[in-house]
Amino acid sequence: MDEPYNFAYLDEQTKRSIRRGLLKAVAIPGYQVPFAGREMPMPYGWGTGGVQVTASILGKDDTLKVIDQGADDTTNAVSIRQFFEKTAKIKTTTKTDKATIIQTRHRIPEQSLTRDQIVVFQVPVPDPLRFIEASETESRKMHALEEYGVMHVKLYEDISHLGHIATTYAYPAMVNDRYVMDPSPIPKFDNPKMNMSEALFLFGAGREKRLYAIPPYTSVNSLDFDDHPFEIQQWDDVCEICASAESFLDEVIIDDEGTRMFVCSDSYFCEQQKIKNEQCQPIVLVSES
Amino acid sequence: MKLPVLNEQPILKVKDVNKLYGINRGCQAIGFDLYPGEVLGIVGESGSGKSTLLKCLSGECQPDSGDIIFNALSGEVLNLYEIGEAKRRLLMRSEFGIVKQNPRDGLRLSVSAGANIGERLMAVGERHYGGIRSTASSWLQQVEIDAERIDDFPQSFSGGMQQRLQIARVLVTKPRLVMMDEPTGGLDVSVQARLLDMIRTLVANLNLSVVIVTHDLAVARLLCHRLMVMQKSRVIESGLTDQILDDPQHPYTQLLVSSVLTP
Repeated sequence: MDEPYNFAYLDEQTKRSIRRGLLKAVAIPGYQVPFAGREMPMPYGWGTGGVQVTASILGKDDTLKVIDQGADDTTNAVSIRQFFEKTAKIKTTTKTDKATIIQTRHRIPEQSLTRDQIVVFQVPVPDPLRFIEASETESRKMHALEEYGVMHVKLYEDISHLGHIATTYAYPAMVNDRYVMDPSPIPKFDNPKMNMSEALFLFGAGREKRLYAIPPYTSVNSLDFDDHPFEIQQWDDVCEICASAESFLDEVIIDDEGTRMFVCSDSYFCEQQKIKNEQCQPIVLVSES
Repeated sequence: MKLPVLNEQPILKVKDVNKLYGINRGCQAIGFDLYPGEVLGIVGESGSGKSTLLKCLSGECQPDSGDIIFNALSGEVLNLYEIGEAKRRLLMRSEFGIVKQNPRDGLRLSVSAGANIGERLMAVGERHYGGIRSTASSWLQQVEIDAERIDDFPQSFSGGMQQRLQIARVLVTKPRLVMMDEPTGGLDVSVQARLLDMIRTLVANLNLSVVIVTHDLAVARLLCHRLMVMQKSRVIESGLTDQILDDPQHPYTQLLVSSVLTP
């Protein structure tokens, strides 16, 4: 054999079985479909679920973007991108609008996605009921019977102890008015982006061997109380690199004195904003005294 | 003691229920009617099938044969094990209330008292935080727990308080049929007395129908209108509480009544 690996590492039968699982996941939005997850050449927790999903949907003409915490240049993103460059010889990119498949961990890109794009999420704990109900048999039954009252217990506790809903990531959401879903550890800032999105969202959990999906134009509503509605994070600062006030900001400590700066977590978005800013110099308004 | 109104339809009809784990182990040939506002006690020694019967009645354990028919608030007449699991579980968290012997089995220990009471409200669709909280606080007062402790965890409560919290958690959705398994088990006598007093008041005020399993005849005397005595999986004697306790007919009941210690 000339090639050391089959296209995109996994064998064709495995990829077919995962695609079959994905079809079921798309047909039942938010429902967790079990699949025969394979051992991947990376540890659990590094995105084995996402990598298997990407491997099974990847075609020769696809362009792949991989991000970790929004950035293209972090370890996890770089190694997964190189993995597919090596095993599938496909094009990769850091440009959100050029990518046909975006594998992500912890973020959804700031730029709005289109109908030609698929976002693949790496999921550590697929079941939002897991922290409340330890038994898999029982939690599956609760999903089947739509017994989601306990999901609000966690939110109640947040408000009673802290005065507001303090869940900031992996914020549970109701998909298509039927299944409550863990959107993977993305900040709740990104939850509204999933609602009625043009792009297809696929979720893969490698350790727990579960797939789920949000098809395009599907409603995704974050859980909340009538008198404590769902809210996304807000910052007093703007990005120190691109001055964006709309994007999700990371707080970075830059020296031993605790000096901090706020920067966009989405590295490609930040770059684009910076280029835009340089093209049109900001108009300085001088007030007449 | 407030007497039940007997011209109504029974809320629960039990017909020839059998659930056996072995010969005479479990419960068999059980039949009775329970009317709204009525408190039925099931007494008997350990292993006589009391708890098995209660589990069958509460929807937690399907009997081998027999019918358990519940008269729902909607007017529907539901056969508990023929309506499907989804509807049965909905019934269990709305119109039924189940109080466990050990409060730790019935409470969520990792969340606050307020959330414990609020859980059933949220499970039936309540989505207003302020509303849930004020309901929780008023229930804490009804079960004689200081409303200031609404954000405390049940672990920091005494055994008696935990049991009262469990009762509040169950009664908050205004169930019509409450099932209690040894609610005073493991509590000292003075705490027991206060708990019994509270249960009796709540039962009368809310017009609850109650099935209460106990091996304590004093508890039965205080709370129950009617008693069923069980031995070796069968009901051997049933009737009004005073009648059973003051004039027992069956030899086993006579033995049971005469074994009560009086200080």
